[in-house]
Amino acid sequence: MSMWSSIAEMLGRAPGNKPDKSQYSEGALALHESKRGKEGKKERVAAIKAERDLNPSYKWRNRRWASIVIVNALFVISFSLDIQLIEGSLSASRVFGFHFADLNASLQVMLAFKEILINLVIGTVTVFLLWWVLGGRTFCSWVCPYHLLSELAEKIHLYFANMKLVRDLPMHRGVRTVLYVIFAALAFGTGYTVFEAISPVGILSRAMIYGPGLALIWVLVLLLFEIFVTRRAWCRYMCPIGLTYGMVGTVSPVHVKYDMEKCLHEGDCRAVCLVPHVLEPTKKGYALKEQLSIGPDCTRCGMCVDICPTQSLTFDVKGLNKLL
Amino acid sequence: MSDAKSPPKKKPVTVRQLRERRRILRSIGAGVGVVGAAMLGFFPVVKKWMERLRPPGAIEEQPFLAACIKCGQCVQVCPVEAIKLGDLDEGFGVGAPYIDARTQACDFSCDAVQCVLACPTGALSHDVDVKEQVTMGIARLSRPKACLARLGKGVKGTARGPDFPGLHRYMEVDRWTPIKIADHPYDLDLCDLCERECPIEGAITIQRDNFDLNDLRGTPVVFDKCVGCGMCEMICPVDPPAIVIDIRKRWEDV
Repeated sequence: MSMWSSIAEMLGRAPGNKPDKSQYSEGALALHESKRGKEGKKERVAAIKAERDLNPSYKWRNRRWASIVIVNALFVISFSLDIQLIEGSLSASRVFGFHFADLNASLQVMLAFKEILINLVIGTVTVFLLWWVLGGRTFCSWVCPYHLLSELAEKIHLYFANMKLVRDLPMHRGVRTVLYVIFAALAFGTGYTVFEAISPVGILSRAMIYGPGLALIWVLVLLLFEIFVTRRAWCRYMCPIGLTYGMVGTVSPVHVKYDMEKCLHEGDCRAVCLVPHVLEPTKKGYALKEQLSIGPDCTRCGMCVDICPTQSLTFDVKGLNKLL
Repeated sequence: MSDAKSPPKKKPVTVRQLRERRRILRSIGAGVGVVGAAMLGFFPVVKKWMERLRPPGAIEEQPFLAACIKCGQCVQVCPVEAIKLGDLDEGFGVGAPYIDARTQACDFSCDAVQCVLACPTGALSHDVDVKEQVTMGIARLSRPKACLARLGKGVKGTARGPDFPGLHRYMEVDRWTPIKIADHPYDLDLCDLCERECPIEGAITIQRDNFDLNDLRGTPVVFDKCVGCGMCEMICPVDPPAIVIDIRKRWEDV
């Protein structure tokens, strides 16, 4: 899949149908052909899955949860103990005195204020480089406090769905792109940082550091919507911050690598994924190459890596193998 | 003119098409909901439901709300914790800093406008270097009839009662650390707390009402040095205070 089509999919385009054979690379064609036999496949897949379920892996989830808790706790502890390690909140901060600024919040401020603010430029460059290296939407699943709450809401949603009490009502992923444009236009047009008033990241970060307030009601509304109406509605279909970081991560070295040869195409990864459209190539007959990189909308959360029974999906750093 | 032809037969809508239609409608609805929720923040700001005293160095209200990135770094550096962050009821002012002077005023305990230095965006303007340049508002004797100085009354004991948590730096007690106002009782024959505790020299003085030596009565008069920090509003012993800050009022407008 080309970079442009993966960006188009991030912006909301539906993933295409099964590709034509002529689009496969030579190796991919051979692999797809070799996987055609059905003899004993069901039993084999069942056996491999059973083995995984005996010893389920939570490695990346645990690391990720620890990361979210630690990063946010550093902000809280730093202020409550007044040790000045990290000052500020997730929208803008000083880390050991160095400016850090959230890319989306900075963009909103500069659009509304219509001035290039040098401290924010310094802060955004630092943060841009950090998240470019680590993979863009890595911010979402490794730092964003709302992501953690949303994961819990998702668990409740799936529990209810399992009992047939709720049903996931999906939306069009283009909503996020439209909202992104609307909020940028509103900031520029009205001169107010309109999005910041409802940004659950800002609200939660400030609530943790400076004490809770009424604004948490909005976060609660979002969570309830995710439990009873649409699974992961905010992170999957709406949050402009996710799109900003997704753009940053389009050419990131850190990515999830897909190895078609090992893949059983049983689809467990797509069932757990926050952004399943990025895992479209794992469907049988969809991968154009034997090995490929998962698209920019991927939050590098590692849930697919944990659940994959055959290690077809792994974390990888582009170019690192060559360097070593 | 009548149309003789029967209308073209519509194809029956498939379940799939219906589902897709619902999905699109739901998406539009949710999108409108999110934008609508965000735009609700418009009312408190435009209608000025909450007029807030902003921290030292704050630029004009509209650009201030635009430039503020709502990070709270100003909150973190304030030694008397005067700065609070706005909540949901302030609309676009969610997360923007303000000072409730009656509860805890800015008394420039930090000496060099630390909140301005902390601000990463210039919402608190870096043009302000010293406290004398600050323009938060102007103090005004709003209830002259309640003013202790005008009544000729003094202050014995604490200014705001023993439970008042407000802090103030008393130069004569500790140059570097603010202490509780409740821990600093007074023994004054005539109340002059607004003048006594004002951090700006020459901003406010109690002027004697007459030349009778037995009549102590006087009136607090505010001069154009006043920056509107709100220290007088906090320390005023009567409740509600006899002196308040007119938020964002400038001496040019007087």
